[in-house]
Amino acid sequence: MDTISPILAAHPFFKGLDSRFLKLVLECADRKTFKPGELLCRADEEATKFYVIHQGRVSVEIFRDRRGPVSIQSLGETDVLGWLWFEKPYHWHLDAKAKELTRVISLDVGCLRDKCEQDHDFGYELMRRYAHHLAVQFRVSKLQLADMYG
Amino acid sequence: MPDPFVVQKVKRETYDTYTLTMTRPDGATNFGFAPGQFNMLYAFGAGEVPISISGDPARPETLIHTVRDVGNVTHSICRLKKGDALGVRGPFGAPWPVAQVAGSDVLIIAGGLGLAPLRPALYEILNHRGEYGNVELIYGARTPKDLLYFQELERWRGRFDLRVHITVDKAEGEWHTNVGVVTKLIDHARFDPPNTVALICGPGVMMRFTVMELMNQGLTPEQIYVSMERNMKCGVGLCGHCQWGPFFVCKDGPVFRFDRVKDWFERREV
Repeated sequence: MDTISPILAAHPFFKGLDSRFLKLVLECADRKTFKPGELLCRADEEATKFYVIHQGRVSVEIFRDRRGPVSIQSLGETDVLGWLWFEKPYHWHLDAKAKELTRVISLDVGCLRDKCEQDHDFGYELMRRYAHHLAVQFRVSKLQLADMYG
Repeated sequence: MPDPFVVQKVKRETYDTYTLTMTRPDGATNFGFAPGQFNMLYAFGAGEVPISISGDPARPETLIHTVRDVGNVTHSICRLKKGDALGVRGPFGAPWPVAQVAGSDVLIIAGGLGLAPLRPALYEILNHRGEYGNVELIYGARTPKDLLYFQELERWRGRFDLRVHITVDKAEGEWHTNVGVVTKLIDHARFDPPNTVALICGPGVMMRFTVMELMNQGLTPEQIYVSMERNMKCGVGLCGHCQWGPFFVCKDGPVFRFDRVKDWFERREV
């Protein structure tokens, strides 16, 4: 029984996606669970996954020598993780750690990229959503940079 | 003339912010105020500053102010100890429309020290909780160490009739809640846009982006109230220090309905 498609269809990133495109995404999808403290990704490692978070909480962190990690963003059940899988050399730039039991739909980015190449309509739709996600991320980052409480 | 008050308790909230609890020297219990109003606090020998009242309007026997140590006068106030005297003029200014918005969902959105003027509004709402719909407190600060009223936030978080969302810009160590900008938390709040009122206080940038996000979510300028605490000096609209376009913030504000001030809100020249 397909239990992944209802989760993807309800997630803000994929909401309203044509069923034909959703089927393509499903072919690249798998379920994964992370325990508290477990890393979803680590800086400099190859970025092979795009995570659609549907339960739990994830802390995006920068690791600093001698001072340890600093959390710069938290992600929850309406978020996705993995910005840079369209951009060579496909490496993670930050760490992401589960702060509580976290369930995700893990999408294989190589598989997604191949499907985008094969079906440009699908590629455009995915890129459109991805561009919106990036725009929101940039807006949020600029606000954080403003140090507005200072 | 300022009325004398006696400091009963000083609590350090963050590295530079203190909450002072004061009473009248004769034990009188009649300091009435409305949520969002401010007093002019006079540190003898140093000067006078406008500070929002941050206590419970239902408890007029104590006067509570939260003060950040940022200048000569506030430094003098923050160094006061139990038994020291302080002059008080007030209360001044237009309050949050707490009673008028009964029946609505209420979003209380604070940034940094902005929680201090909003706390009386929250007390008032909680004192009459049955008269309001969903009540959501959304609070952002720079780091966990910069959060005001930490123990009270924990207590509020434990209530079944109030949802509390807290975020910080960055966090180290054991911090298990949100990291990110305060505007992002609006997505997680539960409210019915046509029947919601938002009360916002915080730094200008934070308020600007919060208003934008609320309007994206369907609120109109008439449903949004902001507290503009800028350059207040005399407290009665005479000196002109706090003039903001056609308004004197100390007299016409500090709380404004957003539709009244939206044309001035982003004007850099004023």
